[in-house]
Amino acid sequence: MRTKPRLAVWKFASCDGCQLSLLDCEDELLSLAGAVEIAYFAEASSAMEDGPYDLSLVEGSVTTAHDAERIREVRRQSKLLVTIGACATAGGIQALRNFADVNDYLAVVYASPRYIETLATSTPIAAHVPVDFELRGCPINKVQLLEVIAAFLAGRKPAIPTYSVCIECKRRGNLCVMVQGTPCLGPVTQAGCGALCPGCRRGCYGCYGPMETPDTAMLARQWSAMGVASRDIRRAFHSFNAWAPAFREEGEAHDD
Amino acid sequence: MDALPTATAAVLDRDGLQALIEALAARGFRVCGPVVRDAAIVYDEISGVADLPAGWTDRQAPGRYRLERRADQALFGFAAVPQAWKRFLHPPVETLWRVRQGEDGMLFSSAVETAPRYAFLGVRACDLRAIAIQDRVFCADDCRDDAYERRRRDAFIVALNCSEAGDTCFCVSMGTGPRAEGAFDLALTELLDASRHEFLVEVGSAAGEELLAGLPRRTATEPDRAAAASVVARTAGRMGRSLETAGLQELLESNPEHPRWDEVAERCLACANCTMVCPTCFCTTLEDHSDLSGGSAERVRLWDSCFTLDFSYIHGGSVRQTDKGRYRQWMTHKLATWFDQFGSSGCVGCGRCITWCPVGIDITEEAAAIRATPHIQGGDHG
Ligand code: SF4
Ligand code: SF4
Ligand code: SF4
Ligand code: SF4
Ligand code: SF4
Repeated sequence: MRTKPRLAVWKFASCDGCQLSLLDCEDELLSLAGAVEIAYFAEASSAMEDGPYDLSLVEGSVTTAHDAERIREVRRQSKLLVTIGACATAGGIQALRNFADVNDYLAVVYASPRYIETLATSTPIAAHVPVDFELRGCPINKVQLLEVIAAFLAGRKPAIPTYSVCIECKRRGNLCVMVQGTPCLGPVTQAGCGALCPGCRRGCYGCYGPMETPDTAMLARQWSAMGVASRDIRRAFHSFNAWAPAFREEGEAHDD
Repeated sequence: MDALPTATAAVLDRDGLQALIEALAARGFRVCGPVVRDAAIVYDEISGVADLPAGWTDRQAPGRYRLERRADQALFGFAAVPQAWKRFLHPPVETLWRVRQGEDGMLFSSAVETAPRYAFLGVRACDLRAIAIQDRVFCADDCRDDAYERRRRDAFIVALNCSEAGDTCFCVSMGTGPRAEGAFDLALTELLDASRHEFLVEVGSAAGEELLAGLPRRTATEPDRAAAASVVARTAGRMGRSLETAGLQELLESNPEHPRWDEVAERCLACANCTMVCPTCFCTTLEDHSDLSGGSAERVRLWDSCFTLDFSYIHGGSVRQTDKGRYRQWMTHKLATWFDQFGSSGCVGCGRCITWCPVGIDITEEAAAIRATPHIQGGDHG
């Protein structure tokens, strides 16, 4: 019998939400356990075996010198490295520190900031090591995660589209909240969530980061024509995917 | 649906319309028509006249839609709804087949679900033409889509002569409305004034005639027909916009490098909404999914758009890298190359792409701008 591919799941600076999406795959967990050997998954099991690994799923961003070293070791031990979620792919919400002085944040959040050792920035995994595939989302969609793993197992390309949320929104039959008067980031955001928020009559928050050809400037112009203040445009772009270049630059183009 | 030569007509009141809906349901149709949902008028399943948007209308403009109250109780007093009947006949997501590993090899099975027999209540003139256009796409002898054809053949169509035109309607320019012409079973015109609320019903097929015969109705008089004709004439006079079609195909095909394409590309988000809501756009993509065990797989077909990079991807990259190339593909296909491919325009003037474009790009305005300063030649299709 063919030996099963070895899977590892790693956590860096993150909220665990993406790993939870994996555990949330209740029905599929058994088939997953049948298809791969879960060699390292500290959050969910006692599996803490040494590498090398065939597939590493990496959650979280790099915010400490120690993690910057650790991700290199993960990369060395992994044949394929896939980042999962906005933190690992774009630096996450914690990348807001990149726009400010991290010591100011520390002083606000911690009683004794002198015990905190941290880098001045939160950066995506790809800023440190080569990444084979980036799965977007805050959090990721479990169906997409299973698709990536199944594609890896079959040696095929994962069917993860990079077009706008609008396409999913229209397929789903949602009414366009933007045309009905609610600002929405869907036109510049990558699909993947199934147009969840417009389906609940809310504008898209941009959880999946910039789509393949994001025209953020034009969308921002339209938002402003709808009466959205400059500061709110900046904040909309500077959230979970603030450090993704297209969103970073568009946010910076608007005053706080 | 065999067309009948006689223009048989009758008049129904609201109870007659209710009886029409019930008769369709009794014949096993899933009756769909306009309802109010999410601050809009959309097509969905209905069980009676009470489900219809009595007293509601829409106010449409480029990139803008609002649901509003009417002064009267009209049931069909609104313009084109956000998504056409395309959703029903050409579903946005459809699993085509599944395959699993059997003992002696792979076992394929069709996954196309048997659709209900639909009855569509209120198919507007432009949408009726759009259905005819998609029929040419999906029912062509050399590339037939069996599932589409089945859904289409089973469908009962109650067309609607428009009594209301929206700010983004331009069917008169396209020769597609506001009078419903083409293959329908019955066609309604809403007759509403201080003294009455009735519907002139014209017969378009034997099935329509048979159905109508069982409904409480009265014979249509000459004044009824005249009233219906004036409803249509009034609507025709209220078109929100127009599109000059003379020589349009030649104009667009000979101006691939017109500076207007760069200008519209500045505004276009390449979000694909226009293609999704267009009742004639038919493009799809395929996704193959294998499961974790490697024991089974399926092929899913999804609505696609020429605004995505993947759409024009061939080995080495996407052919249409720029928003300019993609907007030009969409508009040129709708208004020009569609003639070469299917023998008609790909646009029926419903205005959906204008209303539902998040930044309000207007295909009629873009065409007019190119017409204003034509004949700037060029050959780069980048
Ligand atoms: S609601 Fe948002 S995501 Fe949906 S079509 Fe409109 S702009 Fe796009
Ligand atoms: S191109 Fe626009 S106006 Fe023409 S049929 Fe399509 S959606 Fe309607
Ligand atoms: S305009 Fe684009 S999406 Fe629509 S039918 Fe043509 S190629 Fe397909
Ligand atoms: S374009 Fe014409 S047929 Fe279509 S909704 Fe408007 S008035 Fe009716
Ligand atoms: S024309 Fe409008 S709806 Fe179409 S892709 Fe461009 S921005 Fe989106």
